[in-house]
Amino acid sequence: MAGMDGPHASVSLALAGSGGAGVMTAGNLLLEAAAQAGYYALMTRTSGPQIRGGEAAAMLRVSTFAGDGQDDRFRILAAIDWQNVARFAAEIPLDAASLIIGDPSQGEPPDIFTRSGARYAPVPFKNLAKQHKDAWPNMIALGVLGALIGLPAEALERAVTKSMKKGVDAGIAAVRIGIAQAATLGAAFPLAKPSPAAPRWLITGNEAAGYGALRGGVRFVAAYPITPATELLEWLAPALAKVGGTMVQAEDELASINMILGASYGGVPALTATSGPGLALMIEALGLGVAAEIPAVVVDVMRTGPSTGIATKSEQADLSLALYGLHGDAPHVVVAPNSLADCVAATEWAVGLAESLQVPAIVLSDQYFGQARGVVDVPKQNGAAAMRSIAQASGEPYRRYAVTASGISPMALPGAPGMAYTADGLEHNERGTPSSQAADHSAQMDKRARKLSQLDPGEHWASVEGDGEIAIVTFGSCTGPAREALARARADGVHARLISVRLLSPAQPERLLRALEGVKRVLVLEQNHSGQFLRYLRAEGSLNGEVKSLRRPGPLPFRPGEIHRELVDWSRA
Amino acid sequence: MNAPLEAVPLTAKDFKSDYKPVWCPGCGDYSVLSAVTKALAMLNLRPENVAVVSGIGCSSRIPAYTTCYGFHGVHGRSLPAATGLKAARPDLTVLVASGDGDGYSIGGNHFLHACRRNVDLTYIVMDNHVYGMTKGQPSPTTEPDWSSKLAPGGTGLREFHPLVIALASGANFIARAFSGDPNGTANLIAEAIRHPGFSFLEVLSPCVTFRPEQRQWKDRAHPAPVAATDDPVRAARRILTDDGFNIGVLFRGKRPAFKTGGAAATHSPDDLAAAFRL
Repeated sequence: MAGMDGPHASVSLALAGSGGAGVMTAGNLLLEAAAQAGYYALMTRTSGPQIRGGEAAAMLRVSTFAGDGQDDRFRILAAIDWQNVARFAAEIPLDAASLIIGDPSQGEPPDIFTRSGARYAPVPFKNLAKQHKDAWPNMIALGVLGALIGLPAEALERAVTKSMKKGVDAGIAAVRIGIAQAATLGAAFPLAKPSPAAPRWLITGNEAAGYGALRGGVRFVAAYPITPATELLEWLAPALAKVGGTMVQAEDELASINMILGASYGGVPALTATSGPGLALMIEALGLGVAAEIPAVVVDVMRTGPSTGIATKSEQADLSLALYGLHGDAPHVVVAPNSLADCVAATEWAVGLAESLQVPAIVLSDQYFGQARGVVDVPKQNGAAAMRSIAQASGEPYRRYAVTASGISPMALPGAPGMAYTADGLEHNERGTPSSQAADHSAQMDKRARKLSQLDPGEHWASVEGDGEIAIVTFGSCTGPAREALARARADGVHARLISVRLLSPAQPERLLRALEGVKRVLVLEQNHSGQFLRYLRAEGSLNGEVKSLRRPGPLPFRPGEIHRELVDWSRA
Repeated sequence: MNAPLEAVPLTAKDFKSDYKPVWCPGCGDYSVLSAVTKALAMLNLRPENVAVVSGIGCSSRIPAYTTCYGFHGVHGRSLPAATGLKAARPDLTVLVASGDGDGYSIGGNHFLHACRRNVDLTYIVMDNHVYGMTKGQPSPTTEPDWSSKLAPGGTGLREFHPLVIALASGANFIARAFSGDPNGTANLIAEAIRHPGFSFLEVLSPCVTFRPEQRQWKDRAHPAPVAATDDPVRAARRILTDDGFNIGVLFRGKRPAFKTGGAAATHSPDDLAAAFRL
């Protein structure tokens, strides 16, 4: 029977409808109301292929605990109408304990949803909206959903008052009609009382990465619009103006990456953001960044590939490109945030690594993080950002690429007299003069490799949690569901470790092997088809014990239940 | 050698590095290098305040032959690199060096958008109608019937007209120079640097190795018979009807240059976080 238990630590619900139904508006208001009421909440979105006006679903998870994974099942699916909503069935799994809410004037819910055994409760959104002038069906749905999960009416009303530019009175009236309607449904999914709130933020992954970049010191951005990275750029454009920075919209990604190399050569920390197709175009110039030792940061908000793929949906399939795409031996940095909030710290850290090591750094975010909006604990400060080593005139002839013990050579900035040099993608000697001699090539290769091999990432290289003889090794947005699976396994008496790698390049095989000490079985978890992460870990000799791969391509996210099952079954096998 | 330099007026020689060019004897690019150094001295600039940005090709080797800051990047992308540098460091004088392959073929899209964006750059393209570094293939400005190993009998394609493209795309200053006249070229470079916005200087610079017939360019080059116009329609007519050897400033536009450089900060990044706070 749907919705008779509780209170719940977490409730997942989806609101779907065709274009213009306002499901995203209502979803965002529900998210804000949940946040106001002291809950953690996360909203992800899915939409059809139309540029504007297609079907869409707002998927929310409201909980008493922090986390950014989706749950196994949705408790509620509400639809303003059913036009094309069946397309989202795989993304909105239901079961017999779920409740389907739909407007009977829009037809019956599609079989693909009712087949789950979920109970159907008709709610005449359209007719109810007629009860009040200017009331909209999506606002009625907001009231119904908010009441079903036990959000206080004041929180819902406050969200409407705070966020709606016009029609606040009609909005509030509609919410109240919805709340009254919820009481007639014979179902409820009340949330447990929220724990006292430490300071929290409501933020998207793309905003978080943009903010992290500024905190790391980025003051120049050049970029070309691409889904799902565009919002990162749109957040940065006004933000950069406020912090005294510059944004240039480039004519293509080849221009973006070369613009940021130019700016960074001039001494201004620089970044671009893109997705897979753009990263592919930037690869040649990233090699220039390696050879000429110019710091630069590229945030890749990964979407499914290859080629255009599914532009609006998530996948972790650019890993190999980010690690291996550059021609020649080209040591560089690859970092992956492993939570929505970590998009701040990981991007900030990547800027510091790029600056201090004078290398390009790629940040592998993804659509799941980038376009998710959620309540997070205020991210911790990374501490003082690592800085670029700037050359000071010494009276000696300046050697831009001096071979040093650390591999890092102080960089002169244009404007400094007596130290002019040419930054060059041609192999060069210590002075920067082009050289085709074997000894220079070898010395410069060693120097560039040394910068990374001598890097001490401290505890930042990974999140290591739990203990046990079985471990999950993962990265990026698979971390949230893995962490939740671990907690569930613990309740079953199965103890496991989680190692979520944040520093993907330079590889840290010794650290990983140390973290795996005593582990007999390793589950490598990733969201791509070919097991790119597994291959990489194997190639770097980072794994020991029995190894199993749990992977699938996007866009369906891993859910804690399936990982939990895998852990428990394997530990008992 | 640092501090006292400030007072001493510099000569062209002070802008020339001691690095020996890879160019063939007789290459037109030697004269362009001379003209660049003369122009910088003429303008009383200091080498440390000038950046020379380039891509790949014979002409793109210029940065290291100067005593300025140099950026020798990847093929075709000199304009974006220079745009980023100038936008981030508006205090610098930024010259961009390119050739007909680097600038008009692989870098063609950036050429259009650099003209349109109108960043205060000086773009010097050494045009010899051939890919020299890869030893003699047709470029976008090569004549349709010029036969080569890669295109025996010629490409059959009409030439790209960079000056018309620059005008149509919004370049703010358009001139043609001939490397056989280094002093004239130096004057045009100086004028181009002084002019605000994106200045485009096409330099006819013969490749005596793969296009020895270009030695005859010295007989064909002649000063433009009329002064530069600020009217794009008149400029277009002149450029389209001239003989391709009209030397001088052909168009002087009045568009305001791209606004570079961030204004003073009014917020710290942490101030911006207020918007995330619940």
